Amino acid sequence: MRKEVIKPVKAIRIFGRSVRDAFKSVIRNFSLSMASILCVTITLIIMSVSIIVACNIKEATKTIEDEMHIIVYMKSDATDEDKDNLEAEIKNTENVREFEYISKESQKQSMEEYDELFKTLLDYLDTNPLLSSFIVYVDDIKDMDDTAKELEKLPNVETVKYGEQTVGEVVDAFDIIEKVTLGVVIAMLLVTIFLISNTIKLTIFSRRSEIEIMRLVGASNTAIRLPFLFEGLIIGIIGSIIPVFVTIYGYVILNNAMNGRIFTELLKLIEPYNFVFYVSAVLVGIGALVGMLSSAHSVRRYLKI
Amino acid sequence: MKFIEFKNVTKTYGNGITACADVSVEINKGEFVFVIGLTASGKSTFVKMLYREEKPTKGTVNVGGVNVGALRNRKVYKFRRKVGVVFQDFKLLPQLTAYENVAYALECVGMKAKDIRPKVLDALERVGLKDKVRSFPDELSGGEQQRVCIARAIVNSPKLLICDEPTGNLDPKTSKEIMDVISSINKDLGTTVIMATHDKEIVNRMKKRVLVINNGMLVGDYEKGSYKASESN
Repeated sequence: MRKEVIKPVKAIRIFGRSVRDAFKSVIRNFSLSMASILCVTITLIIMSVSIIVACNIKEATKTIEDEMHIIVYMKSDATDEDKDNLEAEIKNTENVREFEYISKESQKQSMEEYDELFKTLLDYLDTNPLLSSFIVYVDDIKDMDDTAKELEKLPNVETVKYGEQTVGEVVDAFDIIEKVTLGVVIAMLLVTIFLISNTIKLTIFSRRSEIEIMRLVGASNTAIRLPFLFEGLIIGIIGSIIPVFVTIYGYVILNNAMNGRIFTELLKLIEPYNFVFYVSAVLVGIGALVGMLSSAHSVRRYLKI
Repeated sequence: MKFIEFKNVTKTYGNGITACADVSVEINKGEFVFVIGLTASGKSTFVKMLYREEKPTKGTVNVGGVNVGALRNRKVYKFRRKVGVVFQDFKLLPQLTAYENVAYALECVGMKAKDIRPKVLDALERVGLKDKVRSFPDELSGGEQQRVCIARAIVNSPKLLICDEPTGNLDPKTSKEIMDVISSINKDLGTTVIMATHDKEIVNRMKKRVLVINNGMLVGDYEKGSYKASESN
């Protein structure tokens, strides 16, 4: 048989026809398409909720983690030069994100402002009994213990304070929370992929005779697969329209209703814009990709490759 | 001129049934050949091996210079474009109109739309369906659906037209009309036609070469018009 080379023009023509046939097929197999679209819609809404919850948990734990710090107290007899040296040393310590210096004077002042009792007490003393300190924030709280020990070894450090016990517990708790939410999101993703691909598999199963006929009249495997690929893409994209609106409006409304926080001022909800758009993009991406891949995959079975 | 050649072809299915046993036969270009036999005699398998729906277990099937059995699955489509197949159950795409069904065979080759149109209309006119181009298969009668199927099979101008019980689901009057269409294609276009059937009346009337298959074996090869169905059974 003469070897047939598919010319680019032909390829474009076949491509264009595949897109047209995909739209035609979505419309003419309306009830089946609708079933797939609804399945995509429902699973993506669930997906959206789990993504939003997971992101907010992640954000909340990050806020709390960011608040945790080490206080490095400087010896009372340290000079200004010592202070500058220590500052440089802290700067060079691993895992240090940022730090701020609080002199004993400003410490005294803020304590006096905090309570009258402190003021009277401190006024009794001739000298300021407080110590100047550095408040050190770390990159990774899991390594806070080590960092604190490092800091303690530095010259002119009187003592280092941080909630040893609490830090350990918080780290453990957040670790679990993070793993659980990640697990839930992955599980939801798998369920989404499974449900969507199963529904699309069913619609393609009901059309296996169609594939057989395409083969019989001499359609190449690519020419058979392309329209189904686009059909899956169209179903995925149409199916993600409602979830996108639910995500955008739902989250904005929720945010307004809760004044942008979770029960306390400490934990804030993620700002709705651009967050909702990112989530929407992820949803459309999942819908389109899963729709496309699962239909291409289901067709493959009937192609006898 | 030799066009189709079966050489010691044996086909055994996975369940151990031998549907074709050591069949050797030659068919010339432009011939009209009936393949007859009882149900489960193996005539369907014989026909299916012609368009590579089944592969021979042993031996070779050669169609127009192509060793059909040796074709790789992914290469089959190129061969299929050179043969037309008509089925008992029509196998039309239900969501496409008559026109689209016929056009599909050309579209998947990547032909230009303006080249497709005259060819499709030509094919539909040949089978006498020019006024039903916009009908969907379920709006057409059985005979009309079979005409669409024939139009689709010949739109590519194939050298070989394979018909697997094309009149099996049709009444005698419609069957006769369909046979007229097929025989005109054979006569006017010079297309080689191979038709599996168990309709004795048609075979007797047409007076063509007849291959008789029984239990997977070729038990008779009758020249034009020499076969009488009443004699053998």
